[in-house]
Amino acid sequence: MGHRTPLYEAHVERDARMVDFGGWDMPVHYGSQIEEHHAVRRDAGVFDVSHMRVVDLEGAQAQDFLRRLLANDVARLKTPGKALYSCMLRDDGGVIDDLIAYYRSAGSYRLVVNAVTADDDLAWIGRQSAGFEVSVTPRRDLAIVAVQGPQARRKAAACLDAECREAALELGVFDSQECAGQFVARTGYTGEDGFEIIMPVAQAAGFWRALVAIGVAPCGLGARDTLRLEAGMNLYGHDMDTSVTPFESGLAWTVALEGERDFIGKAALQAQLAAGVGRKLVGLILEGRGVLRAHQKVLVAGVGEGEVTSGSFSPTLERSIGLARVPAGAGDRVQVDIRGRLLNARVVKPPFVRNGKVMIEL
Amino acid sequence: MSNVPGDRRYTRSHEWVRPLDDDSVEIGITDFAQKALGDLVFVEVPEAGRSVAVGDALAVVESVKAASDVYSPLEGEVLAGNESLGAQPELVNQEPYGEGWIARLKPASRKEIDSLMDAARYAEFLASQS
Repeated sequence: MGHRTPLYEAHVERDARMVDFGGWDMPVHYGSQIEEHHAVRRDAGVFDVSHMRVVDLEGAQAQDFLRRLLANDVARLKTPGKALYSCMLRDDGGVIDDLIAYYRSAGSYRLVVNAVTADDDLAWIGRQSAGFEVSVTPRRDLAIVAVQGPQARRKAAACLDAECREAALELGVFDSQECAGQFVARTGYTGEDGFEIIMPVAQAAGFWRALVAIGVAPCGLGARDTLRLEAGMNLYGHDMDTSVTPFESGLAWTVALEGERDFIGKAALQAQLAAGVGRKLVGLILEGRGVLRAHQKVLVAGVGEGEVTSGSFSPTLERSIGLARVPAGAGDRVQVDIRGRLLNARVVKPPFVRNGKVMIEL
Repeated sequence: MSNVPGDRRYTRSHEWVRPLDDDSVEIGITDFAQKALGDLVFVEVPEAGRSVAVGDALAVVESVKAASDVYSPLEGEVLAGNESLGAQPELVNQEPYGEGWIARLKPASRKEIDSLMDAARYAEFLASQS
């Protein structure tokens, strides 16, 4: 038996197919992951993401510490509520995790990190915080529910406390608010609009059931993966890990290199830029029947070889898409070795789908 | 709980065999198998005329999760593959025992069918796996 979120019973009641995910018993789907995927693109779906870890940082040097810890710069967050997406790096520039950082108030920040890496992240953050006036508190007393889709904000707001609804609906993208004990952020991992809502564990099951009662579709990890892949969003452990830098993972846009700020990994990244980054992460669309999957070999004629890092079937595009790490000189066509056959794939710049719309030429 | 109809025979690799009125049989995968695979996105059915031995890969089913071989439970000659599965692979999930059939075969010997598990045995086999 793995760890269970506060929504475990609710999942089982809905006939979820439960699987082990990094030591957690999680729903992969409730009948059809393709139907759940479509529900998010067309209407609204709800995901239990309580296996992820909320980490609160408080103290006079909380900002100084995060400016050293993270590759993106939290000083960019000027107004309480604002959030950013960042990688957390080792000294050699390798990616330890990706996360979202929220600025709550002066000296107070909240991070949300991945489930599988949470323990290692906390150990690293703890060690690095020595010498800074900051406390680091993992919040296992909090649950997280993500509501995503064109109707998601409207439906989720209906389930919030009445006094919090209007302000929640006025939130801009990557902004958050705290009201009546619920932390509502306009963030997500699907390429659709929506909220991620953090609340005390005791409230989670009731909130989830209220959403389902007003027609929000329960969605599992299967749909979560096909949605994020269509949205061109990286998955830690697949598209990046400690063996690669953000530059080799399509995440240069998340690194704030400019200025005097020194952060862990900065020197290594600067050295890599000076030497030339040898690999890049690209989007692939497979031509023909088949499914791209992680670890398949990618052949780039005249240039060299790469590897698929994430792959699946895109329910919106009705063909297989993926992300792959290839030599920097790769052009717009490659071949992929799928179970011994070489299939052609086209290189595209993600995202494949955003806000329900196909973003690439089919 | 998965569905195990009484009118057919089963293999340990979760294929089913249904004898038809002429001497042929219909072959597919069980409800248990389609649930384990998840949503299917591609199915490669065999071509008519192909000869298969017991245990040969008769077809390939590819779900969002993984690709799996469907093994021939019998020796024989393929009479037809279910061409509908090209455009509608989800038929295997929705009707694994009906419209989601995978291939029709002329078996080399009808006697071999009797050596396969009946519904009760297959249901026991499933129970022993969990």
